[in-house]
Amino acid sequence: MDKLTDTLGRYGGVNLLPLALAGVAFFLIGAPSSWVTLTVAGLSMGMMVFLMASGLSLVFGLMDVLNFGHSAFVSFGAFVAASVLALLGGWLDGGPLLASAALALALIAAIAFGLAAGLFFETVIIRPVYRDHLRQILITMGALIVSEQIILAIWGGTPITVLRPPFLEGAWIIGDVSIEIYRLFAFVLGAAVFAGLMVLLNKTRIGLLIRAGVENREMVEALGFKINRLFIGVFMLGSALAALGGAMWAGYETLITPALGGEMMIVVFIVVIIGGLGSIEGTLLGALIVGLTANYIGYLAPKLALASNMILMMAILMWRPSGLRPAVK
Amino acid sequence: MKQSIGSLTVKSAMLVIAALLLFAPFLFQDIRALEVAARICIFIVLVASYDLLIGYTGIVSFAHTMFFGFGAYGSAIALKQMGPGWDAVALGTVAGVVVSLVIAAAIGLISLRVKAIFFAMITLAAASVVLVLASQLSQITGGEDGITYRTPDLFKTATKLAVDEDGKVVRWFGVKLNGKLAAYYFVFATSLVLFLAMLRITVSPLGTVLKAIRENEARAEAIGYRVVAYRTFVFCLSAVVASIAGSVYAIWLKYTGPDTALSFAIMIDILLMVVIGGMGTMWGAVIGAVLMVMAQYYLRDLMGAASEAVAGIPLLPELLAPDRWLFWLGIIFILLVYFFPKGIVGTLTAKGARPPEPLEGPVGVK
Repeated sequence: MDKLTDTLGRYGGVNLLPLALAGVAFFLIGAPSSWVTLTVAGLSMGMMVFLMASGLSLVFGLMDVLNFGHSAFVSFGAFVAASVLALLGGWLDGGPLLASAALALALIAAIAFGLAAGLFFETVIIRPVYRDHLRQILITMGALIVSEQIILAIWGGTPITVLRPPFLEGAWIIGDVSIEIYRLFAFVLGAAVFAGLMVLLNKTRIGLLIRAGVENREMVEALGFKINRLFIGVFMLGSALAALGGAMWAGYETLITPALGGEMMIVVFIVVIIGGLGSIEGTLLGALIVGLTANYIGYLAPKLALASNMILMMAILMWRPSGLRPAVK
Repeated sequence: MKQSIGSLTVKSAMLVIAALLLFAPFLFQDIRALEVAARICIFIVLVASYDLLIGYTGIVSFAHTMFFGFGAYGSAIALKQMGPGWDAVALGTVAGVVVSLVIAAAIGLISLRVKAIFFAMITLAAASVVLVLASQLSQITGGEDGITYRTPDLFKTATKLAVDEDGKVVRWFGVKLNGKLAAYYFVFATSLVLFLAMLRITVSPLGTVLKAIRENEARAEAIGYRVVAYRTFVFCLSAVVASIAGSVYAIWLKYTGPDTALSFAIMIDILLMVVIGGMGTMWGAVIGAVLMVMAQYYLRDLMGAASEAVAGIPLLPELLAPDRWLFWLGIIFILLVYFFPKGIVGTLTAKGARPPEPLEGPVGVK
């Protein structure tokens, strides 16, 4: 048994879980074409959830602050992007160049909003309650209530249709496998962000400081670095990623309501708990597992789909109480 | 012991509230006021049981409405399937309590070992799964529409508790002695018993241990109290109380649906009530529940009027619309957590009282 664990560990250990999941699902599903479609759907969903969850996980890892209002950034990102796309509706039909400009502007607007909202949120809401978990939970919850009400006041309660650039519509059909282009786009974008984050964390000086802060905050402070300033930066980055994730999710769903943030928050929480708070790799792993499970179970046993994430979380918590790849010691 | 002015104020407010609730059907003779009074009774119990968790033991759970919902749906389903009878009420209540107990024990044993923040996230996830399940399993739960049913004959408005020689309902001070009155006093009496039981628990040795765990978990463990066992116990206890409160509310409303028994909005209400009233005191639950329920019923009317008054200004009417009252409550909530983390009761009690003696070491050293 120990030998098996060692061998598994050498080939990636828990990182193999998504692969194992996909393998098991392949036999259960039987039809290779549906399996490919479901796997692509699961991976792209996982990547979008990763965008939303990574900020939450990083902020917790660095500052021991858990932001229950994180989903507000997701909703705001979705609605800001949808509004920009609606404003530039004419561009979307004016050829691929104008359409991609509109898409880029929408995503940039969501990111910019996330940065600004993150700055505001960190300084006004969270700063006064560092190191007090109970009040953190309460205050960020209160902020979530207020932000949801603001969204309701600005955009109203009725569902909003999200426009998509024509070149992201439709699907590629290879043999009898069909792959939605938008899903592929979401996957590529998510992978690019993950790669960017890995470079930022592992190759730059700021990344070094962030990792050191996650490991031992007091020591970094004692060495004379202003970790609070670093934290504002990480918080803004996390909020911007959440807003980007929300914008991507809006394009994926094409019909959004103010309840979007709340629905995604549960998934995001489950992802960071599974992955282990504070680690980007863990969050990606959790997001992929959750995305794949949701799609496979949705196909194999639709009745179970609702509880599948919950059961998954319970199972993983019993096996590894602090998640698959925790960074916080 | 000499009482401070603040705690005297709180206690006299309690007496006034208790008297108002006791004589509510005679003092406020319209249907809506009676609804408000019954809702206050139920929420006092619900909030007090939540305060046992958050205020006394320092556990943050977002699954409290889940247990409330188990109780409510238990009674509702039993009454719907078995017809209106006391056996259905008993069976439904017991079933709700058992389900709550089992789920609470399972969640508690798996996740109360981990950090408070994990626990909050796990309960939130569990509660949302139950909410989705309740709206999906529509054959049993009625889905989004909920269930309407009849309650035992004693609580029917047409039931006459006492008749005069003409066969008409006897009136006391202009109030008909009918089933509605019986239903209200059923709610009032159950709530009172549950509340007093919880009050007794908080001053018992058990309550002291819970406070010790809240203040310093490691020390409590070191003294020899099994922290996980105590936490799981109090989590189960508050789940059971919430479940009974849910059953009683289901009997009073004669309707159970996601909006009245399970929705996340109720959880937010409970949180607001606990924080507004004051965490860590049972009296806080009373004050919080009274203020919030009154606000829910009467503030919206006021906001509607205000919204019309500022109709010309952009965005402001939107924010003042009656549906946006949660916006203002959210802001009040944030301000309260900042400036009065002890809530109304905690702040009042501290006023005029001597500052607590430091237990050991100079002030400020921890």
